[in-house]
Amino acid sequence: MTITRRATIGTALAATTAVAWPGFKARAAGKKSLTIGVCSDFSGVYSDIGGKTSVACVQQAIEDFGASAKGYDIKVIQGDHQNKPDVGAGLARQWFDNGVDMLIDVPNSAVGLAIANVAVAKNKTYINSNSATSLLTGKKCNADTIHWTYDTYMLSHSTGGAMVASGGKTWFFITANYAFGQLLRDQTAAVVRAAGGKVLGDAAYPFPQTTDFSSFLLQAQSSGAQVLGLANAGKDTVNSIKQAHQFGITQSGMKIAGLLIYINDVHGMGLEIAQGLVLTESFYWNLNDRTRAFTKRVLPKTPNNYPSMAQAGCYSGTLHFLKAVDVIGVPAASDGAQVVTQMKKMPTDDDAFGKCYIREDGRFMCPSFLFRVKKPGESSIPWDYYNLLHTTPAEQTFAPLATEGCPLVKA
Amino acid sequence: MVMIFGKPLPLLFGQLLLGIINGSFYAMLSMGLAIIFGLLRIINFAHGAMFMVGAFVTWALLTYLHIGYWGALICAPVIVGIFGIALERLFIRRIYKLDILYGLLLTFGIAQVLQGLATNYFGVSGVSYDPPASLARVVNLGFMYLPVYRGFVVIAAILICFCTWFVIEKTRLGALLRAATENPSLVQAFGVNVPRLIALTFGGGVALAALAGVLAAPLYSVNPDMGSDLIDTVFAVVVIGGMGSIGGAVLTGFGLGVIEGFTDVFYPPGSAVVVFVVMAIVLLARPAGLFGKTA
Repeated sequence: MTITRRATIGTALAATTAVAWPGFKARAAGKKSLTIGVCSDFSGVYSDIGGKTSVACVQQAIEDFGASAKGYDIKVIQGDHQNKPDVGAGLARQWFDNGVDMLIDVPNSAVGLAIANVAVAKNKTYINSNSATSLLTGKKCNADTIHWTYDTYMLSHSTGGAMVASGGKTWFFITANYAFGQLLRDQTAAVVRAAGGKVLGDAAYPFPQTTDFSSFLLQAQSSGAQVLGLANAGKDTVNSIKQAHQFGITQSGMKIAGLLIYINDVHGMGLEIAQGLVLTESFYWNLNDRTRAFTKRVLPKTPNNYPSMAQAGCYSGTLHFLKAVDVIGVPAASDGAQVVTQMKKMPTDDDAFGKCYIREDGRFMCPSFLFRVKKPGESSIPWDYYNLLHTTPAEQTFAPLATEGCPLVKA
Repeated sequence: MVMIFGKPLPLLFGQLLLGIINGSFYAMLSMGLAIIFGLLRIINFAHGAMFMVGAFVTWALLTYLHIGYWGALICAPVIVGIFGIALERLFIRRIYKLDILYGLLLTFGIAQVLQGLATNYFGVSGVSYDPPASLARVVNLGFMYLPVYRGFVVIAAILICFCTWFVIEKTRLGALLRAATENPSLVQAFGVNVPRLIALTFGGGVALAALAGVLAAPLYSVNPDMGSDLIDTVFAVVVIGGMGSIGGAVLTGFGLGVIEGFTDVFYPPGSAVVVFVVMAIVLLARPAGLFGKTA
């Protein structure tokens, strides 16, 4: 019997959202009103790296844009996709049909890809800031979708590449068995092999119901690999690393490569366990004066959870969307392709990511940063967790345009 | 290195041990369910929620009252057990005479409410709880590193299961309980307070779930979903063991834990469904379950 709470509430929630928000379409002539939908995980494994803090970041962008001074009336609505592609796609369809102009956030690559299909079918702007899959700007790219913040190519090449370079030649993967985990594993494995390394094994576990990773950790240990590659995210990563410590994995000399670790995960683990982990993010709140200024502004809206890179991406994406709409005018905001074309034309500039741009395949081009997690003694203020090891320029962070197979890119 | 089916022997030994550890939780939870179903005919869908509440009470005892793990091992089941008795008196008592499905719906509703409250107060990430310092070590068994606490859980679970089975099957109290459910009016005629006996049984079953919750708190993160994550599997265990059979529930719990553990080695993506595959096969071959009596 699998009548889980989420499944039961899921359909009900998707239905009520439609009823509760009947009138987005009522856009009075002359009034500059817009609706932004934050589709995220508000209750599951990814709720700390998306959810409420993503909503706070979107609201911050609206404030920083100076919406009310410019005569805009911008509504932000939110919906829980519960990590189910069908729930997410259904929600997106209802929102777009009811006048939502732009949909943002969407952790979970399977849901992220499902919504990309809806966005292009309805011709609405879709800014994905929280899925990892590089397919969003590869084979599955479309004219209405922009992929902000990061992708699996960046993670596998930056973190994976750094681990191989420091001597970790043999790998064992623990993989979240869905679109994101598989892609991240495959891309990292390719990096490892290209550098002359070997993949000794892989345990792909059922997602999202797995909470005990001990069996897979034991397999990793008995494989004798030098590096344990974690192709998972969120609470799964936190649990895997915690349990790896319980089972003496690190004590026995195996290194852990957490391929996608957010600052919220480090916070959840505590520095005692997380210290020394090497990870890649494209935003860190304590990176420079501008990132600190942004964080200071947004924190009152999300006091217990500092923004991760994906959540900062919601800020950056929303701000750039609003700037673009300001140029082409509110009536054109409901034409996704036109908005996205305008967004690609203008370079981006905000406190979270600095000066960046959007490539023709919809890839947001920003540098990535390789960090090492601090020791408990090195951290002086709350959430002061990273030391910067290396900065990779945008052009090397993401896959070269020609190799991704995006149909939007003309040969 | 000795290999069996292409897997090194030490790995399989380790997996066997892990399977037994997970199986202990299945055994403890399904035993409580089997008792409540066997004696009260209630399909208690709130059992997972009670497990979760037990873990949160453990955390709260430490955080607010500075009562550590060993104290919680006694206090948490008592507190949750009393809560269970209150639930029985207030709600569940009223539906004994109705169809069995009403009990399922009522307890499912109670579970939703408890889980919702926990999510509201603690968030989905929940809270963390460390194992007691005396058990926080790791021993090297040669074929694997075993966290001492996990070993302790297995021994505790076996003890708890044995004691419960003994009380119900071999003592006068257990005999009274079984008699009271067979023929309540006759037992009442002998001067036994049957409603109180039934309330205590429900409280006892729930306390077992809470005790499992205390044992689980240091192992898994204490979060609102920890009960609902397990409850599907636990129901499958009860069905495979034979509804209402206590010994069956315990043996099946350990057995399925081991089967799940080996599935993790040979085909990891299948570990979530293997229990249900076994359930389907058992139901086809023996509709009353492995240890159930055919009605």
